[in-house]
Amino acid sequence: MQSTAFDFENNAHKALDDAELRQAMARVATNFTGGRAAAAARLPEFEALRDRAVEIKNHTIANLDHYLALFERNVEKRGGKVHWCATPREARETILSLCRQVGARTVTKGKSMIAEEIALNPFLAENGVEPIETDLGEYIIQLADEPPSHIIGPAVHKTKRQVADLFHEHHRKYGKEKILTEGGDMVAEAREILRQKFLDADVGITGANFLVAETGSTIIVTNEGNGDLTQTLPQMHIVISAIDKVVPNLEDVSTILRVLARSATGQEMSVYTTFSTGPRRDGDLDGPGQFHVVLLDNGRSGLLGTEKQDLLRCIRCGACMNHCPVYHAVGGHAYGWVYPGPIGAAIDPVFLGLEEARHLPQASTFCGKCEQVCPMRIPLPKIMRHWREESFERRVTPVVPRTLMEAWAFVARHPRLYGLGARLAARILKALGRDGKIVSLPLGSGWTDGRDFPAPEGRTFQEMWSARRGARS
Amino acid sequence: MTQKPRVALFVTCLVDLHRPSVGFAAVKLIEEAGAEVFVPAAQTCCGQPAYNSGDRKDAIAIARQVIATFEDAPYVVAPSGSCAGMIRHHYPALFAGDPAWKARADRLAAKTYELVSFLTDVMGVERVAAALPARATYHDSCSGLRELGIKEQPRKLLATVDGLDLVELPGAETCCGFGGTFCVKYPEVSVEMVQRKADDVAATGADLLLAGDLGCLLNMAGKLSRDGRAIAVRHVAEVLAGVTDTPAMGKD
Amino acid sequence: MTARDRLFANLGRALAMAPGRVSPAEAAARLDRRTPNLIPDRAQGSGEELVERFVQWAERVQATTARVATLADVPAAAADFLNRHNLPQRLRLAPHPLIEGLDWSSRPLIEVASGRAEAHDLSSLALAFAGIAETGTLMLHSGPQTPTTLNFLPDNHIVLLPARAIAGSYEAAWARLRAAFGDDWPRTVNLVTGPSRTADIEQELILGAHGPRRLHIIIVDDDARQEG
Ligand code: SF4
Repeated sequence: MQSTAFDFENNAHKALDDAELRQAMARVATNFTGGRAAAAARLPEFEALRDRAVEIKNHTIANLDHYLALFERNVEKRGGKVHWCATPREARETILSLCRQVGARTVTKGKSMIAEEIALNPFLAENGVEPIETDLGEYIIQLADEPPSHIIGPAVHKTKRQVADLFHEHHRKYGKEKILTEGGDMVAEAREILRQKFLDADVGITGANFLVAETGSTIIVTNEGNGDLTQTLPQMHIVISAIDKVVPNLEDVSTILRVLARSATGQEMSVYTTFSTGPRRDGDLDGPGQFHVVLLDNGRSGLLGTEKQDLLRCIRCGACMNHCPVYHAVGGHAYGWVYPGPIGAAIDPVFLGLEEARHLPQASTFCGKCEQVCPMRIPLPKIMRHWREESFERRVTPVVPRTLMEAWAFVARHPRLYGLGARLAARILKALGRDGKIVSLPLGSGWTDGRDFPAPEGRTFQEMWSARRGARS
Repeated sequence: MTQKPRVALFVTCLVDLHRPSVGFAAVKLIEEAGAEVFVPAAQTCCGQPAYNSGDRKDAIAIARQVIATFEDAPYVVAPSGSCAGMIRHHYPALFAGDPAWKARADRLAAKTYELVSFLTDVMGVERVAAALPARATYHDSCSGLRELGIKEQPRKLLATVDGLDLVELPGAETCCGFGGTFCVKYPEVSVEMVQRKADDVAATGADLLLAGDLGCLLNMAGKLSRDGRAIAVRHVAEVLAGVTDTPAMGKD
Repeated sequence: MTARDRLFANLGRALAMAPGRVSPAEAAARLDRRTPNLIPDRAQGSGEELVERFVQWAERVQATTARVATLADVPAAAADFLNRHNLPQRLRLAPHPLIEGLDWSSRPLIEVASGRAEAHDLSSLALAFAGIAETGTLMLHSGPQTPTTLNFLPDNHIVLLPARAIAGSYEAAWARLRAAFGDDWPRTVNLVTGPSRTADIEQELILGAHGPRRLHIIIVDDDARQEG
């Protein structure tokens, strides 16, 4: 998708003006956080499982080449094929040529963030292959022609009324004229329409939550069952995934699965966890005849050995955004690219470059909630801070804030100068106050446009303390 | 008689400039707990604004100065979870590649405390001798809560303030939107966050809002004031010390 | 140089000195040990305890369960389910001897056909390989006798689960699957926890998004096949 991350401020401004979005986001804030807390509380070993999950991923990352090669061997042993792609372009083209091999006209798609990352849908469409999103949330935003705003609930920003309007507009061609009001009716209508698409599709494309080296399996974790219909019915199953998804064996993935759904939605386990290993076997009555795994790098390998390597542990559960107060305020689209919220703030610069994504790691209060809930204990604020340091060093940070910071730091390094400045500032600010508050700060409209600035007492602690000490002795 | 422990007060730049009464309340509380307070004159700021803005060079320079100023003190106490957290958690990280300074940073980190946690966890204070008839609610500032694990300590001491009725704030652990320079870099987002916080505070029916960090307090007080709410806002130290003669924040 | 070669060259370089790096032999040994990492208490236990826990967690996620003594009782349990929900008396059966061998003569109204599921099939009767007590999860796999479409196309998914196939943990179920298949791993393994659902519209929970609206699990205490 086309990035608008550079326009974060503008995007956020628009989001804050959008009443329906605010309504939708308020729901996210309460539901997901409550669900995770309850699920974690029900499982006494939850914290210990997080630790083990971290260990497993760290071990895998340190030996990534080994496990990727093993994964490939096992996929091929079972009759599948792995396609290695360094860039989104290579991945797109690989997928298109696979689709062309079977003369595909339509492909059904399970939810995949990597497919968003490589902007697969527009590319397929331009090349005469119609992609059909089948996850209900993805389907909704495909109708709306919008990108997802959340990595596990792509349409969380939409209200029921908006979904009803979209269905009304787009389902007329199937003879569905009624404007629906009940969520259940909307789901039934989409189910009926998509069922035929599943049956007609030539290729099914899914993502993968995990790749298991031991067996050469790809795993999807869903609640709807759309991913399973997507990959079971057509003649070809293409998995689009990335190199950071591999884990050694089934024991390892079982451990991580115990923290995934609980962190994501508060479920004990998602409804469908499906392990796919090669194409259908001789004698099988169903399943795809071909199985292809397209594995994307897109800069991930460049994170190895850097302070951002921990990002490779991410299992894309969404807990960080579910708990992020900035995300709750502005929604996912404000971030302007595929991965919103804290994980996006930490990882989007990898894919977009720091110049384009420079706002994202800045747009955090470092409240630390994301790291607290991240099942993989990724130090998201720390990684955002590294980006800020890089911004500062490489002068991506604009000159005014940079110069102000350096000037302030200069003063802070000189206590006498600092004391003088503080005494002066205390007096000026005190003088600006009326009834104990300042309603408009010169040069500080960022503060006072939306809130008052409480006026200071007028003298600094240090001067009062030395005065008191002088009086005492 | 054993000697009283000596405590260096890290006033913090915001308390110094904005609300000295919090500093004096802290001194009173530390002294009442049985320790002796001194205030190194050469202190300025912990360097967090530079650190969080990506200005690592200046953050290191400031941290060195703070270490040099405070490293001889047996204890360092700050009336702020965020500044104490900076020294405890981030100073050692700043000097990761510099063993000599890392050792000094580690030593300072180990003896630096946030005020209320120092009172309860180090000095074993169980109760305070303050009285304030009010219905109060308490916001957990992020750094104190998540970097230092300060949650029960202030509640425990507030429960001993005569006449004070403490009601829990729904979403007490949610950030108020201050975030240091965040509040002026992304003012609209910050205001939206503090709006939600102010609404939550108002919904409790409390007439007094307390927290342990002046940055968050300025933000929340400013929003409540702009919204015309009559809720008083104070640093928790003022109430625990029983010194509430200074007008509440943003009030006259 | 192919993209693959370049990637592996990069990885090799970046990881040569990585903390936690082990030799290929050590990695292979770790894999072969297949040591479970951490099994929660909830997944421990045996026998009846596990059956009960399985039922408890499965029902929490809107699956329904029935418990019967022998295979001979399965047709009646399936019929009960169809009747309870006013469903047509038609079932698509897994072409597995255990299921095909069921005696439907006591339920002459039920029309049965076995094979993979087709678009018009409303109800299926499938066979689970294992149950997993810790979350009320079913393990099913693909194969000539157990097609995957049975688990997803019909609106009503009835699953026969032998009580002795209920394991405590995912790991215990994997161990059984490995023992049963060795290197002939099935194309698809489905872990199924409750019927299909979505919360994509205002986070309201709605069952039957694309997969089955209902999941009914018939637990059979004694799955020995009666001859004759
Ligand atoms: S960063 Fe952590 S919380 Fe966020 S999506 Fe990744 S694993 Fe989940």
